Amino acid sequence: MAALANRSLLIAPANWPARLAWIAFAIYFVYALSHLEVTPARFVTGLDYGQKFLAKLFPPDFHRWELLLKGLKESLEIAVLASVLGLVISLPVSLLAARNLMPSWITWPARLLMVVCRSFHPVIIAILFVKAVGFGALAGILALTVASLGFLGKLFTEAIEEISLKQVEAVRATGAPFMSVIAFGVVPQVFSRFIGFASYELDSNLRNSTMVGIVGAGGIGGTLFAAFQRFDYDFVCAIILSIIGMIIVGEVLTNAVKKVFRA
Amino acid sequence: MSSEAVVGVVDREWQRYSIGERIARFAVYIAIVAAVVLSIRSVEVIPDFILDAPEQVVDLLKRMWPPDVASYPQEIHAALLDSLHIATVGTAFGVLMALPFGFLAARNVTPWPWLNWVARLVLIATRSVNTLVFALFFVAVFGPGALAGTLAIAFHSIGFVGRLFSEALENTSPGPIEALRAAGAPSASVISFGYWPQVVPAFWSLVLFRWDINVRESIVLGLVGAGGVGMALDNALNLFQWTRVSMILLAILGVVIAAEIAVTYIRKRVI
Repeated sequence: MAALANRSLLIAPANWPARLAWIAFAIYFVYALSHLEVTPARFVTGLDYGQKFLAKLFPPDFHRWELLLKGLKESLEIAVLASVLGLVISLPVSLLAARNLMPSWITWPARLLMVVCRSFHPVIIAILFVKAVGFGALAGILALTVASLGFLGKLFTEAIEEISLKQVEAVRATGAPFMSVIAFGVVPQVFSRFIGFASYELDSNLRNSTMVGIVGAGGIGGTLFAAFQRFDYDFVCAIILSIIGMIIVGEVLTNAVKKVFRA
Repeated sequence: MSSEAVVGVVDREWQRYSIGERIARFAVYIAIVAAVVLSIRSVEVIPDFILDAPEQVVDLLKRMWPPDVASYPQEIHAALLDSLHIATVGTAFGVLMALPFGFLAARNVTPWPWLNWVARLVLIATRSVNTLVFALFFVAVFGPGALAGTLAIAFHSIGFVGRLFSEALENTSPGPIEALRAAGAPSASVISFGYWPQVVPAFWSLVLFRWDINVRESIVLGLVGAGGVGMALDNALNLFQWTRVSMILLAILGVVIAAEIAVTYIRKRVI
């Protein structure tokens, strides 16, 4: 009880801007809820459907494991190729975007390119590539490459901008050509962080490569969507469980790689 | 691992990494190359499509130009606002659901290992199921519309927010907590006066981060019928109204960049 009596001493003095922000958010929240047509009645009827739905999901049906495996394999291939391509493209682009190494007329276009790549969800980019290069894994690879360029490019650029310029100066002072300055002055300082970012991106690409199939860009997503539309819910459950398994295994592997490189 | 390097002769030459480390690194490189080669060989890509791609992309861009500005006030604007509502309300619900799991998953807050593992399993599961999969589920359960999208965003956010929140809790300094316990404070007070003040900055920063991600995700949800601007995009795509598609994409670009600027600004000012 003594603690309660002294409570006013423990709490910071009234913070009016914060309180106003809370009130504003509460008003907005109620407005948004009414706008989204979220009514309790709808929620309750939904729960009833939900129960039936969950009952149909189990037990998972692994009968068509060949189809499942083929989809997972394609997703994995898309993720690997998109990560490598994205890495290869984002290395030079992030060098161009680093403000401590390049003049501003070069960094701006490079930054703009990365912002545009990062702004769209991979599935939306995938739609465009499906229209451009047809259905299949190629569209998925290209879409995830674009997404990787956006994220890796941003992280790489930030890492490069944080390096110590003393070492770059030292290499430059020996009269080294530009490529040697990059290879011996910049790369050693950022290498292990790059490995960390790249493995993070591989994880994220693996997640998204299971989804781009929903719009026809290859991988397990197409199988998943088709099973959903055919109300084949026990197969849906099998697919989702396998996707979760693959993602967890992927995370364990990339963590092991990070440990090897102390990233 | 490092013991192998010093066996036998004294190392006269300085080496940055031990033999074990070098072997491990080399193994990773080999594995990456092998994965890439295997993927290239077995992935089903039609070479004609690759050669044709630049031409097709140019053709697509030509058809998209100029963006159909007139369509924006008619239907895009309202759908875009719906997407933003879905992202914000979904994030709020997701954070509310994530907090208890975050507390349960943090080993220093919850001293029972089995409870930690149960909470962690929930966090991993919700993080691994994509927002789109959740959206498919909730569309099947609640019917198409914004409710399904909001719930999909909320459920997928649990794993992300909960995991980062439990990590922030585990990194808190034990001093204030021990002091509170020693004073006989009940556990609710330990949480609100011991843990909470220490994790508040991390908490708000990850909420903002997640909201930024959710704005992007809320836009795709419409493709599976879960409300927002994605539905307008899907319609325009199905009707091959390319000028309208490009207008929607421009609007999305604007919103996403505005959200990113807002998050950066709030983070600098408030946190």
